[in-house]
Amino acid sequence: MNWLWSNLDLVGELTLTHLALSVPAIILSFVISVPIGWVAHRYQWSRGVLLALCGLLYAIPSLALLIALPVVTGLRTTNPINLVIALTLYGIAVIVRTAADAFDAVEPDVRQSATAIGYSPAGRFWGVELPLAGPVLLSGLRVVIVSTVSLATIGAVIGVQSLGSLFTDGLQRNIQAEIVTGIVLTMALAIGLDWASVAIGRLLMPWWRPSAAVRRRTLERVERVDAA
Amino acid sequence: MIEFRGVTKQFPDGTVAVAGVDIVVPPRKTTVFVGSSGSGKTTLLRMINRMVDPTGGQVLIDGTDVATLEPVALRRSIGYVMQNSGLLPHRKVIDNVATVPMLRGEKKAAAHARALELLDTVGLDRSLADKYPSQLSGGQQQRVGVARGLAVDPNILLMDEPFGAVDPIVRSELQQELLRLQGELGKTVVFVTHDIDEAFLLGDQVVIMQQGGQISQAASPAEILANPADDFVADFVGANRGKRALHVTEVDGRRLVVDGDGRPAGVLAS
Repeated sequence: MNWLWSNLDLVGELTLTHLALSVPAIILSFVISVPIGWVAHRYQWSRGVLLALCGLLYAIPSLALLIALPVVTGLRTTNPINLVIALTLYGIAVIVRTAADAFDAVEPDVRQSATAIGYSPAGRFWGVELPLAGPVLLSGLRVVIVSTVSLATIGAVIGVQSLGSLFTDGLQRNIQAEIVTGIVLTMALAIGLDWASVAIGRLLMPWWRPSAAVRRRTLERVERVDAA
Repeated sequence: MIEFRGVTKQFPDGTVAVAGVDIVVPPRKTTVFVGSSGSGKTTLLRMINRMVDPTGGQVLIDGTDVATLEPVALRRSIGYVMQNSGLLPHRKVIDNVATVPMLRGEKKAAAHARALELLDTVGLDRSLADKYPSQLSGGQQQRVGVARGLAVDPNILLMDEPFGAVDPIVRSELQQELLRLQGELGKTVVFVTHDIDEAFLLGDQVVIMQQGGQISQAASPAEILANPADDFVADFVGANRGKRALHVTEVDGRRLVVDGDGRPAGVLAS
């Protein structure tokens, strides 16, 4: 504990750095995955290829990617942008399938009714499909948040500062409190961002009642059992 | 007036949904297309607002071929009510009703004011305006669907099995409500159903469709009952099963009307 009190400044700074690495990657992977997922949903022939390609991204060993990326970007290995790109790629791998599923989950009846009353294709995407895909998109985003925050620690190995630096530094200098602080803060950050995403989801989707939907499904099940 | 001239729809897989249909839908009357599934009735309805384009023939609204009209603008000028209400689950009742006027560029305040009036028109309490569709009963949702269909005060109202998914008591209420509304508003209503009783109740003109998308008979309910065009029609309307073969019998001094199976259908008014 003494270690923590005497290094509060360092820990605070690393937490902010960690946020600065993960939040852009999370947002980028979300923004890039939504259109890819929509294309996979809309054009069934592209679905297999797109989902397989994006899934393959996750199979790239992270260290290899972090070493290879600077060659492609031309930036120094320790430049945080390389790490943000790597995290974004892994984020896309995690969320693209959910994004496709999210658009699949929009009820065909609602989509058809929107067309029938005079939504243009673009208006229907922004006004109907995207918001109704929201709950499933959010569930995918939550997985990306947790995985990205935890994966960002790997940067420490190639010299990009993050909460992961507390692991490497703690290991080298054999300070267990430092390692534990790194683990606890990484998890706390993931949980905090997860909560924030749910709060924003509730704000943007006031019609979304996850508990109500579950309750309704349970009720329907009870009715079916009664009927049987 | 809506006119189908030699309208055919063949899907790419070769299925013929509609085969050479000629029919005139008179203005300010209710025309009901009735038939079992696969008879092409919904396909015909959807040709009116270009949800489906015919592969042959023409659909004309007041003399204009709809193929020459821009689909999105056309759809915004025609009311549409569908099964399960088709309401947007993420928008409040009032926003659902105001959707089409706002798509047409109307100001939000004006569209909302009119939406509230429409809730009155379809017999819904204004307190429901701020609820989401999932918080309403099936019958209420269907009423909101009708209000939305009327929101731009269209000349034409298309109704695709709108009361198919509600229970019989609510369906009967909604049917009576539609009769009342139609009496007040006098829209050109095109209604699709597989329920012949609903067709006879609501239709000024009833169009009986058979498998393969052909019209068996188009006439008023009374004409169809009096002169079914063929055995298919007679069978479909139930004339052969004795369901419509009513006769009068006297019970305890009152004259009862009973059907062919002897089940009482009502009391003869004197």
